[in-house]
Amino acid sequence: MKNDISIVLSGEAGQGIKTVELLIIRALKNSGYNVFSTTELMSRVRGGNNTTEIRVSNERIEAYVDKIDILIVLSKNAILRIENRLTKDTIIIGQDSFIEEKYKNSQYIIKYVALSSLAKEVGGLIYSNVITYGLLSGIFDINLNLIKESITRHFSTKGKEITDNNINAVIKGYEKGKELKLGIQVEKDEKIKNQVLLSGTESIGIGALAGGCNFITAYPMSPSTGVIQFLARHSEEFGVVVEQAEDEISAINMIQGAWYAGARAMTTTSGGGFALMEEGISNAAITEVPIVIHLAQRPGPSTGLPTRTEQGDLNLALYAGHGEFPRIIFAPGNFTDGIYLTQKAFNLADKFQVPVIILTDQFYIDSFQSIKSIDFTDFKVENFVTRTDKDYKRYKNTEDGISPRGIPMQGDGFVRFDSHEHDEGGFITEDPDIRIKMVDKRFKKLESYSKESIDAEIIGSKNYKTLIVGWGSTYGVIKEAIEKLNDNDLAFAYFKQVYPLPNNTKEILSKAKELIIIENNATSQFGQLIKRYTGMEFTNHILKYNGMPFSLEEIIEKLKGMQ
Amino acid sequence: MTTIFDFDQIPETSWCPGCGNFSILKVLKEALDELKIDPKNLVISAGIGQAAKTSQYINSNCFNGLHGRALPVATGIKASNPDLIVVAEGGDGDMYGEGGNHFIHAIRRNIDIVNIVHNNMVYGLTLGQASPTSRKEFKTPLQLEGVSSEPFNPIAVAISLGASFVARAFSGDMKQMKEILKEAVKHKGYALVDIFHPCVSFNKINNFKWFKDNTYYLNENYDNTDKMEALKKAFETDKFPLGVIYTNGKNKTFEENLIAYKNDKRPLYKREVDLEKIEKLLN
Ligand SMILES: Cc1ncc(C[n+]2csc(CCOP(=O)(O)OP(=O)(O)O)c2C)c(N)n1
Ligand code: SF4
Ligand SMILES: [Mg+2]
Repeated sequence: MKNDISIVLSGEAGQGIKTVELLIIRALKNSGYNVFSTTELMSRVRGGNNTTEIRVSNERIEAYVDKIDILIVLSKNAILRIENRLTKDTIIIGQDSFIEEKYKNSQYIIKYVALSSLAKEVGGLIYSNVITYGLLSGIFDINLNLIKESITRHFSTKGKEITDNNINAVIKGYEKGKELKLGIQVEKDEKIKNQVLLSGTESIGIGALAGGCNFITAYPMSPSTGVIQFLARHSEEFGVVVEQAEDEISAINMIQGAWYAGARAMTTTSGGGFALMEEGISNAAITEVPIVIHLAQRPGPSTGLPTRTEQGDLNLALYAGHGEFPRIIFAPGNFTDGIYLTQKAFNLADKFQVPVIILTDQFYIDSFQSIKSIDFTDFKVENFVTRTDKDYKRYKNTEDGISPRGIPMQGDGFVRFDSHEHDEGGFITEDPDIRIKMVDKRFKKLESYSKESIDAEIIGSKNYKTLIVGWGSTYGVIKEAIEKLNDNDLAFAYFKQVYPLPNNTKEILSKAKELIIIENNATSQFGQLIKRYTGMEFTNHILKYNGMPFSLEEIIEKLKGMQ
Repeated sequence: MTTIFDFDQIPETSWCPGCGNFSILKVLKEALDELKIDPKNLVISAGIGQAAKTSQYINSNCFNGLHGRALPVATGIKASNPDLIVVAEGGDGDMYGEGGNHFIHAIRRNIDIVNIVHNNMVYGLTLGQASPTSRKEFKTPLQLEGVSSEPFNPIAVAISLGASFVARAFSGDMKQMKEILKEAVKHKGYALVDIFHPCVSFNKINNFKWFKDNTYYLNENYDNTDKMEALKKAFETDKFPLGVIYTNGKNKTFEENLIAYKNDKRPLYKREVDLEKIEKLLN
């Protein structure tokens, strides 16, 4: 069989598909396979139909695909919603009662595995997940000892009896998996074993810790909440203040108090919460208190599609807050960049005293992928806090617009932050000349930042005639499509800094004869931004806004149609 | 009397002559001075309004942020550096209206801060609309036929949410106000000091005389550690009691409960980042 297998687990919310996903992707990675997984959920806690896609390949993969090679059916009504993704080669695995009649007498290959009965033999339906894990491990012929060890580790806190039962369960599943003789042979790569597996959420959380984040507050909102929960789990180990705020307005103001007193603070939210933070962002701009905000997008307006994905909030991030002021916006497309950019966000916020926003989305946040290990000693937590002297002036006008930032109890001066227009000392002023100086001073910081600005990356042919532009989470799918198309005229410009526009924007765009933009939204917000700053227009737009990420097949087909 | 919190050059205030804010400012500075508080260790977190301007006239650290948001800012400050003495200050509109949700939750958290609310029962800065504490039938340029909503009762709300120190003062009695403020600063845990003060420009009803006539001092024998008694006092509105209405220092503070301080008592700014330990998370 092929070197690129896509497995889909389909079941109900609350069944524990996540557990199977986490166990199997780790086992696959540790056996030397490239893995990528992504989950799509209905906005409910029980029932409905949720699916998780796991891709296993001999090459690096970072995208969602439509095709399903192996479908594991874990409940009734688990096929209908994804019926159009089945092909004649799809192998459907599940128990008789979960597979509806109409699929039984069709072109599909069906392998009956009585998961529930097997689970009951071990001790109850609760073991179904571990049996499924065993089943997949057997299909991929993963070393059984490795699987057993993973079970022992996973249930280490649950006592011997539960662990033993789960070992039994995993073996049962494993044997079934081997019995099926699906003949899957994906090439392995020893080097993958040394890679690290993580989720989008973890990339932001780990990046934050590496940036010296020691304070996080947020109001829960999908898909952003994982980040504060991640830091909560590591609160004691790394000394992170973690607090659930009463609302997003509180969160955005609390992190300003935290930075003011010397912490490195962040908040995490989604569009609706971010909208509530707008006034606070504006406050950070004039008081020049650093802030870092993670904005995990989901489709709006309003409640929209709470558990789905979209790149619809770029404009929100770009224009949030009343008044005119600078900001920096990053949009990582892969987890390595997620770690690097989040890490950097804290240094930049501290240095330039501007809001730094990290834009992700549900697809990014809920996906898993392995990345090359990162040498953390390369990171530097840069601290720009200065000791104050007696005559300290918080808003001293400097060449680069950056006024040295002091904190209370560090030095002999007073630290006076003010949300009114103010003079250098932080006192309220309505003097028109000082006003102009202060506005200019704040914008000078953006000019100063341009020296550190992060360029867009070109992937594909250096002598491209057609340039595809993408930003954030579409990175993986566009990159894979470009590689598959292997066309000398084609390249992909990946923007991980979306504002200010990277210094090389105009240069890379003007080299192309044709410009295509791909965005997971309805109005091509990034295309409009590029047009506004460069005057350049896109000849073709590939846009998607049904709440789902782009699939690889979809992008390849659309790009082929344009040539 | 000059205090260590005075500026060398007395700043011009933006208050109307005769406004109660002058007394509150004066007394607050004196109280802090008498407690020998080092201005370097103090932060005033203020919102927006005439009351919140107080932060501008105290020579110390301050964060004069948004209308309604002094409490979240104060929470962030105190949680990041528990060594600081943090005062969150503003008006009745600021703290109970725009910041009402924060008021509720700051109390629940029991952060060790002093929350001073200049309660003139009106929106001063925006020229005289009703505030959450405006009495019924109070006429304004916006409530032309008078306020019809029930007035907000900060004392009752604070006590019922478990506030550990709840007091009411009147700007017309500077001596008592000073005592109460000193108690509040010394108190460990969240302390609310609601200060009645007349707005001479926009509240012609609840003026100096009205406050004098409609308040009384709590009796010497009053037990302010009895929660149910305190609640009864909180609901007295024909004459409002003045003094420390409720106090209880038993609960742990917000900062004490934070996991971040379990193994390390140092404020956050003194801590190092262990990158190697973070790298280990990636496995
Ligand atoms: C978000 C926001 N809404 C409204 C205002 C306008 N505003 C400023 S102060 C204020 C109310 C002032 O009343 P209060 O807090 O009681 O203070 P006072 O002036 O009476 O001391 C209002 C509505 C604002 N600054 N910000
Ligand atoms: S408007 Fe009222 S509260 Fe404001 S300064 Fe004047 S008298 Fe005082
Ligand atoms: Mg008022």
